[in-house]
Amino acid sequence: MSHETVAIIWFGLWGLIWTVYFVLDGYTLGTGMLFPFLAKNRQERNQLQEAVGPFWGGNEVWLITAGGATFAAFPAVYADLFSFLYTPMMLILFALFFRAAGLEFMHKDDSPIWQKSWKWAFTISSFALALLFGVAFANLFYGLKIGPSGYEGTFFSLLHPYGLLGGLVFMSLFIVSGALWVMLKTVGEVAERAYTVARPSAVVAVVTLSIFFVATSNRTSLLNNFTKFPILWIIPALAFVCALLMLLFVWQKRIGLAFTNICLTIFTLMATGFIGMFPNMLPSRINDEYSTTLFEAAGSELNLKIMLGVAIVMVPIVVGYQLWSYKLFKEKITKETAKGYQ
Amino acid sequence: MSDVLLLSRFQFAITVFYHFLFVPLTIGLIVLIAWMETQHVRTKNPLYRQMADFWGKLFAINFVLGVVTGITMEFQFGTNWSEYSKYMGDIFGSPLAIEALVAFFLESTFMGIWLFGKDKISPKLRAFSIWMVALGTNISALWIITANGFMQNPVGYIERNGRIELQNFWEVVTNPYAWHMFVHTVVSCYIVGAFFVMAVSAWHLLRKQHVEFFKKSFKYGLILGLIAATATPFIGHKSASFAAKMQPAKGAALEAVWETKESLPFHIIQIPDPENERNIVEFLTIPKLGSYFYTHSFDGKVVGFDQIPKDERPNVNIVFYSFRLMVALGLYFVALFWYGFYLYRKNKLLESRRFLKLVMYSVLLPYVAINAGWVVAEVGRQPWTVYGLMRTAEAVSPISLSQIIFSLVSLVLFYTILLIADVYLMLKYAKKGPYTSTATKGGEVQHVS
Repeated sequence: MSHETVAIIWFGLWGLIWTVYFVLDGYTLGTGMLFPFLAKNRQERNQLQEAVGPFWGGNEVWLITAGGATFAAFPAVYADLFSFLYTPMMLILFALFFRAAGLEFMHKDDSPIWQKSWKWAFTISSFALALLFGVAFANLFYGLKIGPSGYEGTFFSLLHPYGLLGGLVFMSLFIVSGALWVMLKTVGEVAERAYTVARPSAVVAVVTLSIFFVATSNRTSLLNNFTKFPILWIIPALAFVCALLMLLFVWQKRIGLAFTNICLTIFTLMATGFIGMFPNMLPSRINDEYSTTLFEAAGSELNLKIMLGVAIVMVPIVVGYQLWSYKLFKEKITKETAKGYQ
Repeated sequence: MSDVLLLSRFQFAITVFYHFLFVPLTIGLIVLIAWMETQHVRTKNPLYRQMADFWGKLFAINFVLGVVTGITMEFQFGTNWSEYSKYMGDIFGSPLAIEALVAFFLESTFMGIWLFGKDKISPKLRAFSIWMVALGTNISALWIITANGFMQNPVGYIERNGRIELQNFWEVVTNPYAWHMFVHTVVSCYIVGAFFVMAVSAWHLLRKQHVEFFKKSFKYGLILGLIAATATPFIGHKSASFAAKMQPAKGAALEAVWETKESLPFHIIQIPDPENERNIVEFLTIPKLGSYFYTHSFDGKVVGFDQIPKDERPNVNIVFYSFRLMVALGLYFVALFWYGFYLYRKNKLLESRRFLKLVMYSVLLPYVAINAGWVVAEVGRQPWTVYGLMRTAEAVSPISLSQIIFSLVSLVLFYTILLIADVYLMLKYAKKGPYTSTATKGGEVQHVS
C-alpha cells in the first residue's frame, strides 16, 4: 500500500469519525435544545436525562477521536484548523463544559436557582454546539480565508450567510434527531410533546437542507468533484431522499424508520461535504493554491499504517460494545421510574 | 518573551493543573470502587454495594470534570501550540488518538452503563463495568504519558520533510522515560484516591456516623495508600534518577548542582542562588549521598550547570523547591499511612481523634504533591518543549494578543465556576453519607433517601 493510498484511506476514516460523531451527538444535542420545552417537571426531566444519560459520554468520545485522528493522521491540518478557527474552537470548548456539567449537575441540588441555571446551561450550550459546528463545517465546505501568508480571517469572517446557513442546517437536523430519540426512548407526555415538535421540525429540516444544497451549488465549488464523477451524485441525492423519507415517516408516526432516516441524512450530508472537499482538507477561498491538501498534511507512511492498524482493530470493538450498551438500555423510560442524574 | 508566548504558557499551565485536579482522583478512586464491586460479587454482602454506590456517586461528579478539562488539553495543542503540532504531530498525535480509541471510549461507555444500569444489572455486570472504567482510566494515563515521555526523551524519530517523523513506533511506546513516569504517576494517583476515601471516612468516623460503613471504607483507602505510598519513594527515585540521566539540565536543577562533581553531598537544608550560580545555604550535609541518588554510586559523577549553557537551563528555584516539596510530602504520607495501619491493627482508629483529624486536614496534600511533581517534570524540561529538539518559544501558535486574552480570561472564569460547583457538590454528598437502604424480598436494594 503506497503512502498516497493510506493517506486517502485516512481521509475517508477521518470523515467517517466526524460523521459518526455528528450522527450520535446529534440526538443528544437535539434533546438538549428541546429540553425545557419537552419536560415540564422533575420526573419528565429525569426521563430526558435517562434517554441520553447512558450514551452521551461515549458519544462525545467520537469527537475526541475525531480531533485525535486529525492530529495523528494530518498534523498540519489539526494545527491550522484549530489555530485558524481559534475563537470558534474555544467557544465550542466552553459549550462542551456546560453541556456536560449542565446535564449531570442539574438535579444534584434542590435549590431552584441551581436547577434552572444548569438546565439552561445544558440547553443553551446544546444550541451553541449545533450552531458552531454547523458554521465551522460550512466554512470548510465554503473555503477559509487562507492567503499567501496564512490565515487572514477573523471569527466574524466565518459568519457569512452560507456559514450561518450551515449552523441552521445542523440545528434543524439535530432537533429532529433529538425529538425522534425522545419518542423512541420514553413514554408519556414527554414523548407526545416530542411528536408535536417533530412534525414542524422535520419540515424545517427538509427546507433548510434543500436551501443549503442550492446555496452550496451556487456559492461554493464543493460540487465540482460530483460534476467530474457524476456517479457521486448518488450521495447528495441520497441525503435529499432520506430527508424526505424522514419527513414521510414522521408524518406517518413510524418513528423508528424516521430516526433511521434522519441519521442517514446527517451521514450522507457529511459524506457529500467530505467528498466535495477532496483532496483539500483546508480549502482556501482566496485561491486554491493556498489550500492544504490531504497529501500535503498527511503523516508519515509508517505513522499512517500503524494508526490504520489500530483503527481497524479498535473501531469495530468500540462499535460492538457501544451497540451492546444500546441493547442493554432498550426499555422505554416511564415517568414513574425515571431517576436521571441524581 | 512575547506576550502571546507568555500568556499561552500561562494558559497551558493553568489548564493542565486544573485538569490534574480531577484526574488523580478518577484514577485512584476507581480502583477502590472496582474492588468494592468485586467484593460484593464474592460475598453478596449488600454493604459493599452501598459502598460502591456512595463512592461511585462522588466519583461521577469528579469524573465529568476530568472529561471536560481533558478536552481543553486536546484542543490546546492545536489552538495554542500549532507550530509544535506541525513539527511534532507525526509522533505526538498518535498516542493521543490511541488514548481516545482504546481508553476514553472504554471509560466513558462503561461509566454510562454503570451509572444508569447499576440498579438494574447483575452484580457481576456492575463489577465488570466498573473494572472497564478502571481499565480505561489507567490505560489513558499510559498513552498521554507516552506522548509526554517523547517530549522529555525523544526516541524512535527522524527529521524529514521539515518535521519530526516516526521511525520506530516500538521505541516510542517502550520509551523507558515514559514507563517510569507512568508507573510513578499512576501509583501517586492511588495515594490521592486513598487519602480522599480516608478523609471523607474520617469525617464520618469522628461523628460516629455509619461506623461500620466508613470503617470498612477507611480500611480500603488505608491498604491502597499504604502500598502506594511505600512503593512511591522507590518508584519516584528510579524515575528521577533516570530523568536526571536523560536530561542533565533537569537533573542539575533537582538538587541545584552548580558544579559538576564526583562524590556529591546531599544537603537537607539548601537554598539555591541561581543568579550567582551557587547555593547560599548548605546545611545538614550528608557526604556522597547526592551522588548516590543520581548514580547509585557514592562516588559517581553528577553533571552540574557549569556544563549547561545558560539558555538551556530551567528555572532552578521552581524545580528545586517543587521537587523537595513533593518528596517531603511523600515521606509524610508514608509515615501517616504506617501510623494509621498501626492504629488499625490495634483497633484504636475510632478513638484516635487526632489522627482522624490529621487525615482529614491532609486531604489536599496529595494534590499538592502530585502537581509539584508535574511542575518538576514540565518546568524542569524548559526551555525545551521537546528536549533537545524544539524550544517552547518556537512552538506557539501565531495568534493575536486579543485571542489569547479572550481564551485565558474565559477559561479562568468558567473553570472557577466549575470548581466551585464541584467542591460544593463533593462536600455536600460526602457529608450526606450513604443512603439508608432496605432490602426487598426479591433481593433488590431499594434506595430511601
